[in-house]
Amino acid sequence: MFPPRSQRILLAVLAASALLSAVSGRLNPYFLDVALGAGISVVLASSLNLINGFTGQFSLGHAGFMAVGAYASAMLTTTLAPRLGLSANLLQWVFFPLSLVAGGLLAALAGVAVGAPSLRLKGDYLAIVTLGFGEIIKVVLQNVDAVGASRGLTGIPSHTNFFWVFGSAAVTVYVVWALLNSTYGRGFLAVADDEVAAEAMGLNTTGYKITAFVVGAFFAGVAGGLYAHLKGYLNPGGFSFDKSIEIVVMVILGGMGRHSGVVVAALLLTVLTESLRQTGAFRMIVYSVLLIVLMLTRPQGLFVWPLWSKKEGRP
Amino acid sequence: MNRSVSGPRSRRSFLTLAACSAVLAGCREKDGDTGAQAIRLGLFGALSGSEAGLGQYTDMGATLALEEVNAAGGVLGRRLEMVREDNRTMAGESATAVKKLLSRDQVVAVIGDGNSGRCLEAGPLCQAAGVPMVSPAATNPKVTEIGDCIFRVCFTDPFQGAVMARFARETLHLSKVGLLVDASAPYSLGLASVFRERFAAEGGTVVSEQRFSGGDKDFRAQLTALKSAGIEAVFAPSYYHSGGLILRQARDLGFDGPMLGSDGWEAPELLEVAGRTAEGSYFPVHFSPENTDPLVAGFLDRFRRRFGKPPTGVSALAFDTLQLIADALRRAGSAEPPAIRAALASTREFQGITGRISMDSGRNARKPAVIIGVRDGAFRFLRVVDPGDPGRASS
Repeated sequence: MFPPRSQRILLAVLAASALLSAVSGRLNPYFLDVALGAGISVVLASSLNLINGFTGQFSLGHAGFMAVGAYASAMLTTTLAPRLGLSANLLQWVFFPLSLVAGGLLAALAGVAVGAPSLRLKGDYLAIVTLGFGEIIKVVLQNVDAVGASRGLTGIPSHTNFFWVFGSAAVTVYVVWALLNSTYGRGFLAVADDEVAAEAMGLNTTGYKITAFVVGAFFAGVAGGLYAHLKGYLNPGGFSFDKSIEIVVMVILGGMGRHSGVVVAALLLTVLTESLRQTGAFRMIVYSVLLIVLMLTRPQGLFVWPLWSKKEGRP
Repeated sequence: MNRSVSGPRSRRSFLTLAACSAVLAGCREKDGDTGAQAIRLGLFGALSGSEAGLGQYTDMGATLALEEVNAAGGVLGRRLEMVREDNRTMAGESATAVKKLLSRDQVVAVIGDGNSGRCLEAGPLCQAAGVPMVSPAATNPKVTEIGDCIFRVCFTDPFQGAVMARFARETLHLSKVGLLVDASAPYSLGLASVFRERFAAEGGTVVSEQRFSGGDKDFRAQLTALKSAGIEAVFAPSYYHSGGLILRQARDLGFDGPMLGSDGWEAPELLEVAGRTAEGSYFPVHFSPENTDPLVAGFLDRFRRRFGKPPTGVSALAFDTLQLIADALRRAGSAEPPAIRAALASTREFQGITGRISMDSGRNARKPAVIIGVRDGAFRFLRVVDPGDPGRASS
């Protein structure tokens, strides 16, 4: 009669973000920006967690997928939308989510393009291929005049609001969670645990890896679209290797292959970089020291305590 | 692995809880407002990251000006205060930093990043808030096109074309010039078209125009064509990596007339590539420490004493930016952003370190450029050139 528990949680989060969205206009724009940035990080980290955490691959190209989605959706809302003559409400509540999905799909396509030929590679080799992909995207964007080249794409409408960000975050976490808890989804974990054994059991390991890449890339693309319409400006420089590393750090700090840990790490790291503004010139030093301390004291991930799971203690 | 996937109940509810508390934690930080006495300005820049040098030298220049204004009793009987925010040279960070400056710190004016891209990101936010933003060194014409709150203290890219046209005509007495243009760079194309127009207006002729593409290494074909067209000098607006090769190859082909460039040539690498062949080349810059003007000498001296190292061009521009804002505050007689904006827009003949600055109708600084000449393997200050009627060139 009632939907299962997990779906009730999803609905509850969606409803909560819709409610908060209604009052977010009264929030200080700076805090709103930080909160929305944190939400976008959750989408990015959770989707990368599927690839790096649960499926055990090592991708360094997440910023590249994000860039594809960001530019695709921004081009839709800056060039196509004005010609349609839609009302402001229709733009924000119908056209914008569609452009997000379109950006996500294009990013997923890029996921197939990168994944299919390169996923037979493992570990470091795959990392280097995905790293190369991310850089190629960046360099291409820097040279295409139609999207502003290295000057950047300006005048993107600010459609991103509380509901779209935290709604997308909730959907991302839910989809990754549900996927892994399905019968099919157990295969991801098998691939991560022992690829040879998984293959011997008859699993199509390459198929699993591509699926992980495509789903991960889709949500990265959606996150890119949200980012574009939050900042109102895109520059290829923002999708460099540094950005990919930032997302990888969130996944590692959250504990590879933990749902809640990665979500909290994404929120924490985004809010942390902002709250450290008080330390002025020492901001990035304090941040780096905190990362080192966290990694030394909690190598298994931030939120893996005996309290949550009896199987894992400190190593 | 198994348990982590399904996850115990408590952990999932923890997710929501942690999300909320993290957001709230961010909201609580630092709520007190400092004394209403000080007039608060904001600065955002690349204080760390790959372009940290740019941001730090900007900050030093502005800081020196700030301290001097305050030492002289402040403005409107109030002290000036500057809130600095770092964007780590990362796209996306400037927007956040400027939202903080505008909404949390309630600054009345913003000193922008020296990079055009990051000003394009932050500019629309300042424009929407009605708070004036002045960039010390963003040269891309698009920046001030954002709206009537966005200003710059440096000259724009095309403006240099007008400067070089006048320099070629009046100082070097040239009448026939050939152009060598990087067709892949809007920067180069923009400069060349303004030069062509202004040089003709001053009575000279552009005899021939040759084009190349960004990464090209060989310019002999184009240079030979220019030489056979009977030119007296070459104007090659480009960056130093192309510029160095152009200089070397022009001299190799036996061309010994003046070689004119643009501010993209201001890099030691130009001298490394071109070596002795760089002698007799000229290009415009924003500021030269060799300028003998006593104002410049005084600034150099005070900067060195305060920071223990010589300033760069962007420090001088940032110094002028803050002084210009202080001047606007005085003339406005009020610390309200709309009044400051109006005063900035009506700036006329403001005496700065980098020259006499007037704001044109496009909110771009109208001021003379410094021409650098290469002599004895070094960049030498040559003279200051006012392009005259430059309003047209910088639009």
